[in-house]
Amino acid sequence: MVTTEAGTAPAAPAPAGAADQARRLEVTGLRIGYDARVVVDDLDLAVPPNSFSVIVGPNACGKSTLLRSLARLLAPQRGTVLLDGADVRSMGTKELARKVGLLPQSTTAPEAITVVDLVARGRYPHQRLFRSWSAQDDAAVRAALEATRLTALAPRPVDELSGGQRQRVWIAMVLAQQTPIVLLDEPTTFLDIAHQIDVLDLCRTLHQRGRTLVAVLHDLNQAARYASHLIAMKGGAVVAQGPPGEVVTAGLVEEVFGVRARILTDPETGTPIVVPLATGAVIAES
Amino acid sequence: MSAPATVGPPPLWPRRVRVLSLGDSYRLRIDTRVLTVGAVLAAVAVGVAAWSLTVGQTELSPAQIWAALTGQGETTVRRTVVEWRLPRVLMAVLGGAALALSGALFQTLTRNPLGSPDIIGFNTGAYTGALLSGVLVGGSYLGTIVGALLGGLGTGLLVWALAMRRGLQGYRLIVVGIGVSALLAAVNAYLLITLSLEQAAAAAMWGAGSLDTTTWSQLVPVALALLLLAPVTALLGRGMGLLPLGDDAAIGRGLDAGRLRVWLLLVGVTFTAVVTAVAGPISFVALLAPQLAVRLTRTPHIPLACSALMGAVLLTVSDLVARTVIAPTQLPVGVVTVVLGGVYLVWLLAARTRKA
Repeated sequence: MVTTEAGTAPAAPAPAGAADQARRLEVTGLRIGYDARVVVDDLDLAVPPNSFSVIVGPNACGKSTLLRSLARLLAPQRGTVLLDGADVRSMGTKELARKVGLLPQSTTAPEAITVVDLVARGRYPHQRLFRSWSAQDDAAVRAALEATRLTALAPRPVDELSGGQRQRVWIAMVLAQQTPIVLLDEPTTFLDIAHQIDVLDLCRTLHQRGRTLVAVLHDLNQAARYASHLIAMKGGAVVAQGPPGEVVTAGLVEEVFGVRARILTDPETGTPIVVPLATGAVIAES
Repeated sequence: MSAPATVGPPPLWPRRVRVLSLGDSYRLRIDTRVLTVGAVLAAVAVGVAAWSLTVGQTELSPAQIWAALTGQGETTVRRTVVEWRLPRVLMAVLGGAALALSGALFQTLTRNPLGSPDIIGFNTGAYTGALLSGVLVGGSYLGTIVGALLGGLGTGLLVWALAMRRGLQGYRLIVVGIGVSALLAAVNAYLLITLSLEQAAAAAMWGAGSLDTTTWSQLVPVALALLLLAPVTALLGRGMGLLPLGDDAAIGRGLDAGRLRVWLLLVGVTFTAVVTAVAGPISFVALLAPQLAVRLTRTPHIPLACSALMGAVLLTVSDLVARTVIAPTQLPVGVVTVVLGGVYLVWLLAARTRKA
């Protein structure tokens, strides 16, 4: 067991060479929407390389829409998404998928698929015409399963796992893709508190190992606790961004979420905690 | 080569999957269950096909068949086997495989076990084409084939154009297809009335789907389609493994899902249209074969090769039944497959209702 881990160790810092060549993901003059309904307009944003960036904001503020356009699931109506200065539209789908990985908000595993099979499908952008599976693929899948503590469950069908385990399987699939940038769309939704913490701890570990993470989260306190860079959005625009300690203020929470709150300091981490006022916290929407 | 490729315990893959090392980097993943199912289906297909050669107005022994195939034996026996029975049996094998592949592509494209070309209406469209050619240029043999081919492909394009909205969505494709199919059925009924009695009878014969009169020249387009499109299908196969994960997850893995769907539609329609053009609409092989194959292999996606083999088995067995069940009268094979498909649909509905 120990020798196995030692044997796979060289492959473990998964994004090969990611730490030294950080990828810059940015958008300029972005307008995105669905047909006539514009959700985000004229947005400029640069994701700091090697950051764990978390986007927060009220419902329908455009945070998921923004993430989807970063992953090229949505074509911008105007403006560009740039990766290392190059328009992502000029890249092949596979080429982009070798640099940016995405964990979508809702996922469905095909019936009867095993954990390892699902994770292995993350290798698609690395596979070539006449080489369906390689030692590198094997090593990447093994490392991804190791990082998500799923090695023992690998041959089991995904249907048999708990919700928290299943979310780890999907994260493992994104990890097997070995992209320097990982986008996560509400990765903790539908999970109980223990599994939420589990997933966020995993994200933090990935960040510490050199990947750039961009996540959309609902829970402001969790966002403040885990993010290295917080992005607050409202009405399709970025209201504030920076380290959580600087961004999360009573004024900002009131402006962005319409909630009057006190800001305390988390005794565990020193990050800000938002505590809504006992009475009259919610500001009526105009 | 037999050295264990996975490094140390615990094993990652379930026992049915073997990972073989070929050289430093190359790995071959083999699903032994898929391999076994494929081998059994291939054996059954060959067995039934061989048996079919012996059955007919004159019963022939395996020895006589062998002699005829190797160019020996009596001339009459040789003609019966090589000119009449062999093309028919080969058509059942190849046509069944082509229809099944078409079904596999459509069911993957629509993510729906009912998403098969016969349900979506390409058969009906091919029939419309055949009837139209009868009206316009008389019921010549070539005209029927070309008409059916154009009808099938045209219906494919029409359904695609109507279902296209921000990319091709599977569910829309099925609903639009059923609608177009119903409209075309009405057109077909009208066209049948306008044809002369003789032409209408010939068209109806073709419309029942039959392998009775298969000749070597009819076999050529089907063999050609398989030869050209089977490799294309195999290339599409890897991307097809991502489609069941949902569009977001598939695109996030670097799959151009929209473009893959268009390819699946094109190749799928061509398979169906070619077989339908030469043999008439043979329903339910495309619907049934992939579903039976996936139940046998228990894979998370529809297995292409096993589906094709299952289609070959289904159509050869159906044709054997059609030839023998009320011999000497021969049933059109389409009638047998419709009965098979009907039973399957009732079973599917019952199983779904029980689950819900």
